[in-house]
Amino acid sequence: MGILEGRWEESFVTTTLEHAINWARESSLWPMTFGLACCAIEMMATGAPRYDIDRFGAGAFRATPRQADLMIVAGTVNFKMADRVRRLYNQMPEPKFVIAMGACTCGGGPYYKYGYNVVKGVDLIVPVDVYVPGCPPRPEALLEGLMRIQDKVRGMKELTKGQPIELPVPKRTGGVQLPDELSTLEKANEFAIQNKERAKPAKA
Amino acid sequence: MTPTDIITVLESQFTGAILDKKADAIDPFVIVEPSKLVDVCRFLRDDPRLQFSVLNCISGVDYLEPEAKKVAKAGFEPHLEVVYHLSSFTLKHRFTLKLSLPRWKNDQPGELPEVPSVVELWKTADWHEREVFDLCGVWFVGHPDLRRILTAEDWEGHPLRKDYVFPLEYHGTRCR
Repeated sequence: MGILEGRWEESFVTTTLEHAINWARESSLWPMTFGLACCAIEMMATGAPRYDIDRFGAGAFRATPRQADLMIVAGTVNFKMADRVRRLYNQMPEPKFVIAMGACTCGGGPYYKYGYNVVKGVDLIVPVDVYVPGCPPRPEALLEGLMRIQDKVRGMKELTKGQPIELPVPKRTGGVQLPDELSTLEKANEFAIQNKERAKPAKA
Repeated sequence: MTPTDIITVLESQFTGAILDKKADAIDPFVIVEPSKLVDVCRFLRDDPRLQFSVLNCISGVDYLEPEAKKVAKAGFEPHLEVVYHLSSFTLKHRFTLKLSLPRWKNDQPGELPEVPSVVELWKTADWHEREVFDLCGVWFVGHPDLRRILTAEDWEGHPLRKDYVFPLEYHGTRCR
């Protein structure tokens, strides 16, 4: 942080207020307890210890929209529910974020053509920040979606209004890391040849 | 009792109310005159030889071939059926009743065909009849609270009718 950096003892950090607010906000995204169909089972698995959404500070599922920052729409939204979903969204305090979890909420999914009662994507009802496709998505995918929300929070400029909003740059998108033996083309070719050799039937 | 016996008992008890019968079907059934339905059901429930104390489900079936080309091959006249599946736990037998109805009352589209309700005999019929009304469009006369049960309260039409047309929008949200 410019001239202030490193002028105090070790345990002292300087930062901008905006950065600190965003850091606090992204680390405590409280979702709403809200599941509509089978995707909710996967959301529950994400909240359970094996995948543990609490690692990201988003484990406090609130039972009221007034205490929630994040709405994970997990499951098929039908028209009877759509009005309720919109109402719940309106009851959430700003800033609020929405994850559309699963094929049905992204665009109708398997009910797109013949589902007379299914909303063709929850983005027709509430503004969606992150789409997590899948039927249902793996818990890892939902965690990835949560991290994209955190990226979005990190790009927020609450205090310096009027400035253009920073487009969120995914910070943690894992580029596929190849193992060492495949890292260059030559090594990969060599590895393939070795594999072929190994796969040959042993001579009698 | 075997299904054949049940049909014989019903035919001797209600001459004229049994319009058709089929004893060798997987679910042996009789087709009942709709106006006599409650009497037949009460007999089935209370008679010591039958004791059908359980109504498993009520189903609505819409017999209509919407494609004009296939009408000749369909093998049925357009009509609506309501199916009652009954079981007896004490005597361990089951039976099926069917009603054959016109698709619209007096052939006027929008006028739902009417069926007497059996809620007074089996309490479980309450929600079953609401579901058949909601999805297939059958009006159950004498039902205490005949409202839609699955679709929204202000939904229009009965979605499991074969000629149902999807709405264009509902509460400002596009539907297709």
